[in-house]
Amino acid sequence: MATMVTSTKPARKTSPGGGPRIPGPNGNGSKRHDGFPDPESQGHRYRIGMWVGLASVAMMFTSLSSAYIVRSASSNDWTPLPMPRMLLVSTALILSSSATLEAARRKLKAGLGALYKRWLFVTVVLGLAFLAAQLVAWRQLARQGIYLASNPHSSFFYLLTGAHAVHLLGGLLGLTFLWLRWRRDVTNTALIAKRKAATDAVTIYWHFMDVLWIYLFLLLFLWR
Amino acid sequence: MSETHEVHRHPAPTGFIRKYIFSLDHKVIGIQYIMLALAAVVVGMLMSLLMRLKLSWPDHHWAILELLFPTGAPGGVMNPEFYLSLVTMHGTIMVFFVLTTAPQGGFGNYFLPIQIGAEDMAFPVLNMMSFWVTFVGFLVILLAIFVEGNHGLGEWFAGLGPSFAGGSGTVGPIGGWTGYAPLSSLGKIAGPGQGAGMNLWVISIAIFCIGSLLGALNFITTLLNMRTKGMSLMRMPLTCWAWFTTAVLALLSFPVLLGGGILLLLDRTAGTSFFIPGGLYVSGVLSGSNPNFPLHTGGSPILWQHLFWFFGHPEVYIAILPGMGATSHILSTFARKPVFGYRAMVFAIFAIGLLGFFVWGHHMFISGMSPYSAIAFSVLTLSIGVPSAVKTFNWIGTLWGGRIRFTTAMLFAIGFVSLFVAGGITGLILGQSSLDLPMHDTYIVPAHFHLVMGVASIFGMFAATYFWFPKMFGRFMNESIGRIHFWITFLGVYAIFVPMHVMGLQGMPRRYSQFTEYEFLRTLHPLVVFVSVAAIITISVQFLFYFNVFWSMFKGKKAGDNPWEATTLEWNTATPPPHDNFAGVLPVVYHGPYEFAVPGAPRDYVMQTDVDVEVPSGNGHNGHQH
Amino acid sequence: MGRVLAVMIWIVTLLSVLLFLSGKWWLPAAISDHAPALDRQFLITIIVVGISFTAAQIGLGWMVWKYRDTGKANDRAIYSHGSNRLEVLWTVITAVVFIALGVMGQSVWASLRLHDAPPGSYTVEVVAQQFQWNFHYAGKDGKFGRTDPSLIDDGSLNFIGLDSADPNAADDAVTAALAIPVNRPVELRLRSKDVIHNFWVPQLRFKQDLVPGMEIKVHFTANKVGKYELACAELCGQLHFKMKSYMLVLPEDELNALQALPQDQFQARMGELLNKYQLPTYQ
Repeated sequence: MATMVTSTKPARKTSPGGGPRIPGPNGNGSKRHDGFPDPESQGHRYRIGMWVGLASVAMMFTSLSSAYIVRSASSNDWTPLPMPRMLLVSTALILSSSATLEAARRKLKAGLGALYKRWLFVTVVLGLAFLAAQLVAWRQLARQGIYLASNPHSSFFYLLTGAHAVHLLGGLLGLTFLWLRWRRDVTNTALIAKRKAATDAVTIYWHFMDVLWIYLFLLLFLWR
Repeated sequence: MSETHEVHRHPAPTGFIRKYIFSLDHKVIGIQYIMLALAAVVVGMLMSLLMRLKLSWPDHHWAILELLFPTGAPGGVMNPEFYLSLVTMHGTIMVFFVLTTAPQGGFGNYFLPIQIGAEDMAFPVLNMMSFWVTFVGFLVILLAIFVEGNHGLGEWFAGLGPSFAGGSGTVGPIGGWTGYAPLSSLGKIAGPGQGAGMNLWVISIAIFCIGSLLGALNFITTLLNMRTKGMSLMRMPLTCWAWFTTAVLALLSFPVLLGGGILLLLDRTAGTSFFIPGGLYVSGVLSGSNPNFPLHTGGSPILWQHLFWFFGHPEVYIAILPGMGATSHILSTFARKPVFGYRAMVFAIFAIGLLGFFVWGHHMFISGMSPYSAIAFSVLTLSIGVPSAVKTFNWIGTLWGGRIRFTTAMLFAIGFVSLFVAGGITGLILGQSSLDLPMHDTYIVPAHFHLVMGVASIFGMFAATYFWFPKMFGRFMNESIGRIHFWITFLGVYAIFVPMHVMGLQGMPRRYSQFTEYEFLRTLHPLVVFVSVAAIITISVQFLFYFNVFWSMFKGKKAGDNPWEATTLEWNTATPPPHDNFAGVLPVVYHGPYEFAVPGAPRDYVMQTDVDVEVPSGNGHNGHQH
Repeated sequence: MGRVLAVMIWIVTLLSVLLFLSGKWWLPAAISDHAPALDRQFLITIIVVGISFTAAQIGLGWMVWKYRDTGKANDRAIYSHGSNRLEVLWTVITAVVFIALGVMGQSVWASLRLHDAPPGSYTVEVVAQQFQWNFHYAGKDGKFGRTDPSLIDDGSLNFIGLDSADPNAADDAVTAALAIPVNRPVELRLRSKDVIHNFWVPQLRFKQDLVPGMEIKVHFTANKVGKYELACAELCGQLHFKMKSYMLVLPEDELNALQALPQDQFQARMGELLNKYQLPTYQ
């Protein structure tokens, strides 16, 4: 049998959709000639890692959402809670925290380190306030006698808000870490690029938590 | 080195703890995962041995059991719950702590970065955490054995809450590795072992989910971001494609198991009713009538099955894909030929991964779910056989026209193909909803999945071990012992699992602790005993493998950098590879991964880094040429 | 080594095929109306399976034999990265065969699952529990008495919570064995008291999960009189292996006579019938 020939097609160079551009034959996208990654590609690493990690968080909340939808239809004991008013406060808090974090990130991009720290700090405070507001909402419900096992909707309410809060706490830890890291100013361009990339990654996470909260809020109180 | 040079992102560790315990080095972490799997598989094998003893000689008094398990095997005769707890723990330990650790976390961790020319994984700290989290998960599942097995410990745990009652004398929960609700969500009232054992089972799996997700994140990011110069996606070895796809499957399926597990734990401990319907009457107690059995209403047991199997089906592909990648790699290397149809192989890996998410319902045909969805799931399931068949044809095509060298690694790789065909082909039967009517929950199901998961997958791991051992430890494993290991195992697993097919045809149900109650099972007894004898022999010979591994680490014949005359990047670096894999000089890739038998080349193999050898263009997937 | 490997692969293949062909352990003789179509589909499938299995193993062994390295110097393998044409060819053929099998395999399923039991079916309510079967018969009036979980009392043998105050329950009977008519569609209404069980009679070629919280209706027609073992086929706890009962397929007149009896006589008559009919012989 003669040697078989397959057609040559150019290697795919574009990323499959969303997220950072996948580099070409220089597998890490760096511009260096010796193949080593440059600081910019290191930044890509944090961003790619964060999107990948968020995919798994999204899947978990997707599975809980589908459980929510199935459970609502599986029996006739579905009595949705009235929306606790406190949640409007917490929503406002988390929305503002996303805005302040975005402001922080832009200050960093513009090289304004001190302002960056200040906006980071405000974001952390708003994040803590959000968690406090959630706790208040929980306690209000408990005082009305609505607990985790009271009815399926309340089970999901506590579960979904609790899971979200746990993930948000992780985000708060990330923000705190960023704030602590920036205590010492640096001039090393590589380190600065690394810090910018880390900030970008944490920001993506935080905005995701914000969007996730909106989604859960709508699922719990609009879809019912 | 300029200041922007990112080499040595973490300096070489000093001190025993940093070097071998809490190491950030992907190579050490890979070996840790492999060691964990080696330990777990012994536990799993011993459990299966006990199971075979019970099935073949159900009333025999085993003195050793009377000594070790006085409650679970009084008078040396295993009671039914003891058997079922063995079934559950065997499945759980094997699927999670063996098949989801060694292939991906073990060999993948060790070799993915090297094969793509990176110094380490993208996030070494997360990598270290992924192993230790998995290890903690393993400790928790072992704890379940002791909490259920030991009366005192079980009593102590009962203090944590009503769903934590232990001390049943079993080795864990009794719901099977699938843990169907409501049996798994009702607590001890539904059966022995369903108290503390079940809680610890759920917690262990939840911890494992997190460890797995950390690992998957690393694999995907590393592969996308850290390939060296010239390593385009289509120049990656098929092992890398397999690890990548496996990581994507894990990333998207484990969170669903985590979600389901949380719901199950809440049902057990917090009185929720996600999976528990109302109006139950269990062991003489009506739901809501006394504190042992709080009121539940409206939950859906089928919901658990959907959540579990949405994870569970991709999980079996997670177990086999790395083995497929290793097989392609090893077949090519020892046939001295390129992989036949590299591009088709990549697409087949994708197709298996993608379709794997849409077929979970074939585990649930008769569950009470919509019969219309059963039809959809059935047709999709049969179509997943297509990429699997394509891979088989390509493996055979890789051997065609080769110059095959029968090293032990190659024997196991060829064995993989044979066993994968044997196991996979019965998927055609089980995937059809009509045929599942008589076949569901009979022995043809374990026959099928053991051949693909429990045997083919393990052969992939054996092949990988014999193949990469010289690179990892600088010494060969003993080939003579390896051959004995291969032959007895290969013949042994056929002897164990082929008879199970006809047992299933005759109607032998799964998860029965003994077959003494039914006339229609009597004629199967000789087969049952035959299988057990084959199992005893096959399990025994695995200890040869253990001896070979540990003895060869210190006393094996020394190996050079490229003892197999292979082409991929790991064979281009020192043996064992230095801390940063490439001693400060990252490789540059000029060729595809399987350039064997290139006409006109000086040797019958061209390494990926060989700069002055021309490989005919337009033939293969050289991508960007320099 | 290559030749030995090829031969061993072929021997293992031969032995496996012989095990199946011997027919010594096989599907039991069927007794339901849908079984011939199902068995035919199974036969077609097993033939495809057998041919694919054998062909692949023969091919694998052949390659291993023919292309073993015989040590001739300067003898290289064929340099081939594959063949797109072959890839397309075997992908299409495999897809056609597998998907055709898949589509063909739906017809029996559809006939049983997509349609309700035909009118005039004989209906029995099945209530499973750890670790016994309870069959609830409607009696002469053909109406099932009301059941309620709060009325269940295993101690006083009211396993299904039958409401004795309901007039429809007066002629109902509850026993541990199933009696159905031959050659008449049977509808089973499947329920469970505690965990998931599964109704499984091998000769019927039929099984279905019984899920707590759901009432699942299934139907089939048995066409051979006799006594058949009934097993649970979904893990339900430690005595899962012993959750045994019998299915009696009776001639119409014998069933009608049984049906007309009140509870206590029903039980006794069931016992007699279980003794009268024998299990099928197994070789």
